[in-house]
Amino acid sequence: MTGAARRNPPLFWAALAVVVAALLVLPFAMSEFGTTWVRVTNLALLYVMLALGLNIVVGFAGLLDLGYIAFYAVGAYTYALLASPHFGLHLPFWVILPIGAGVAALFGVLLGAPTLKLRGDYLAIVTLGFGEIIRIFLNNLSRPINITNGPQGVWGIDPFRIDGLNFSLKQTVLGLSFSGPIKYYYLLVVFVAVVIALTLRLQNSRIGRAWEAIREDEVAARAMGINTTNLKLLAYAMGATFGGVAGGVFSAIQGFISPESFVLVESIMVVSMVVLGGMGNVWGVVLGAILLSFVPEILRFSVGPVQQSLFGRTLIDPEVIRMLLYGLALVLVMLFRPAGLLPSAVRKRELAERSE
Amino acid sequence: MDIFIQQLINGLTLGAVYAVVALGYTMVYGIIQLINFAHGEVVMIGAMVAFTVINALAPLGLPPLAVVLIGAACAIPVCVLVGYAMERLAYRPLRHAPRLAPLITAIGVSIILQHLAMLVWSRNVLAFPQIIDTKLYTIAGATITNVQITIIVTCVAMMAALALLVYRTRLGTAMRATAQNPQVAGLMGIDIDRVIAATFAIGAGLAAVAGVMVGTYYGIAQYTMGSILGLKAFAAAVLGGIGNVPGAMLGGVLMGLVEALGAGYIGTYTDLCKISGISEWLTQRCAADGGHFVLFGSNYQDVFAFVVLILVLVFRPSGLLGERVGDRA
Repeated sequence: MTGAARRNPPLFWAALAVVVAALLVLPFAMSEFGTTWVRVTNLALLYVMLALGLNIVVGFAGLLDLGYIAFYAVGAYTYALLASPHFGLHLPFWVILPIGAGVAALFGVLLGAPTLKLRGDYLAIVTLGFGEIIRIFLNNLSRPINITNGPQGVWGIDPFRIDGLNFSLKQTVLGLSFSGPIKYYYLLVVFVAVVIALTLRLQNSRIGRAWEAIREDEVAARAMGINTTNLKLLAYAMGATFGGVAGGVFSAIQGFISPESFVLVESIMVVSMVVLGGMGNVWGVVLGAILLSFVPEILRFSVGPVQQSLFGRTLIDPEVIRMLLYGLALVLVMLFRPAGLLPSAVRKRELAERSE
Repeated sequence: MDIFIQQLINGLTLGAVYAVVALGYTMVYGIIQLINFAHGEVVMIGAMVAFTVINALAPLGLPPLAVVLIGAACAIPVCVLVGYAMERLAYRPLRHAPRLAPLITAIGVSIILQHLAMLVWSRNVLAFPQIIDTKLYTIAGATITNVQITIIVTCVAMMAALALLVYRTRLGTAMRATAQNPQVAGLMGIDIDRVIAATFAIGAGLAAVAGVMVGTYYGIAQYTMGSILGLKAFAAAVLGGIGNVPGAMLGGVLMGLVEALGAGYIGTYTDLCKISGISEWLTQRCAADGGHFVLFGSNYQDVFAFVVLILVLVFRPSGLLGERVGDRA
């Protein structure tokens, strides 16, 4: 992006203006088809944040994390417990989101510290176990002291609120009617833009290049004077932070969370997005997350009615199609396009060299 | 004391099943260094096929043992086919790809198998028809059922047969040679592709039997049952030393014991009322809750396998019997 900006500034700014305009108009166009689609878009944007966070760990530092959803859960529960009737606390969101991000980062380091020695597939399994442990605790920490309210989850979570601006209500500003989801949409677009900008800057920074070196060859990286321990922990913490923030927003949008939302399949979905898009390439990951969020929803709205009209009943549950799509995406991408749809330049080179 | 023996018996039963499933992971890992993530799903498919067969045969009035055996006889070929197919389609093309590639396809295969099973057998929990009348035997104050005895005996027999196969037959020699060095094994005239396919098939066959046993033991089957079982069995394989056949057997049994004894005793040992003297508040809580203030109850059973897995990988990545080091990129 920065390259394009330098080569041809007017064109770059024009393109940026078009994209921004499109993003501004999008929710109103979407709500023509029903508010559901705005909600779907919001969820897609949350997945973009998650996928970008995971991309730091998997794509940049090369550490396959199959328990990433745990950080999302930590962020979501932090928000829920500090802004709901459960403990009677109602802190404003701009206080809680940084707390949630911090707690998630702490958990990231907690996961990272004991697993520093592990690599590749072993690491993947340990992170998966870590994710499951978090979920089991969320499920059971209702006794003897009720912390998480167990499988029932936490209700009545506060929406975002800034003075008169309440994100859960429909409000009219300047003659335009902004429904709750549309307001969250704009907030999420800002968040995603910040995350994209951060990761792009990070990728070409000293830290980003050090991560790349670790991914390519950890021993060599250490020999070149890179502090692999700290940098790997930083990757976990950084990835976890994004997950924690996304979790907080998820909590506020949904108004209700339970351990059900943070199962293993969710982790795998985020991994699929990163893999499909292209590990290590920010734009690829964004594309992967958007594709895997929207295509199943479009299928849900098209396949169901088509089956109804053809057979008179739903033969194949759209949810099954959604999951089969994720599975197929993982297998087919690895078989035919191992670097993803939009491969990062380094990955491409690496794969070309490695395949004998 | 009788609780201890009871948990020991339950743990042995569970551990025998884990051991059989763990063998599937460890054999595949030993030969091609792949964590076959979808192995747990093969167990699930075994249980599901057995469910269909047993459900169909139950009203006919055949002897229960025959029905279960027919169920297993149908489950084994289906699972072997599934195991072979996934090796052929999803893993073989990636044999020379970077290490993470086949792991990611394995996750994909696991999701696909799970949801195909959901299409065929619905998302509900399926209850096996109760055809076996459970007999109870008492040993030292604890009870053991005929089902448990059958499971333990079957598992031991299968493990013995597998050990014979691996250490006493030509195929076993070829498998061990391929595990040591595939290139050199190939030069010695071993058809590596066939050996690897055979490994997958054997592992899947064992998984099928494990699935039938789990299904009949708990009496239920669901399309999600494979993933958690698979993970625990994998943890067992790592505990014993992945890639090591006797290690998987030992690890499986130990894992079963850890889980059963852990679930049986964790509540007792994290009951804070034992130290209720240390604070006024705790004393009051204990009085209010009927003398128990259990920090972690038996509902944390599923955590043990993962804690063991993490501890083993951190402190002894090669496992109890393994020589390989987990530190491979």
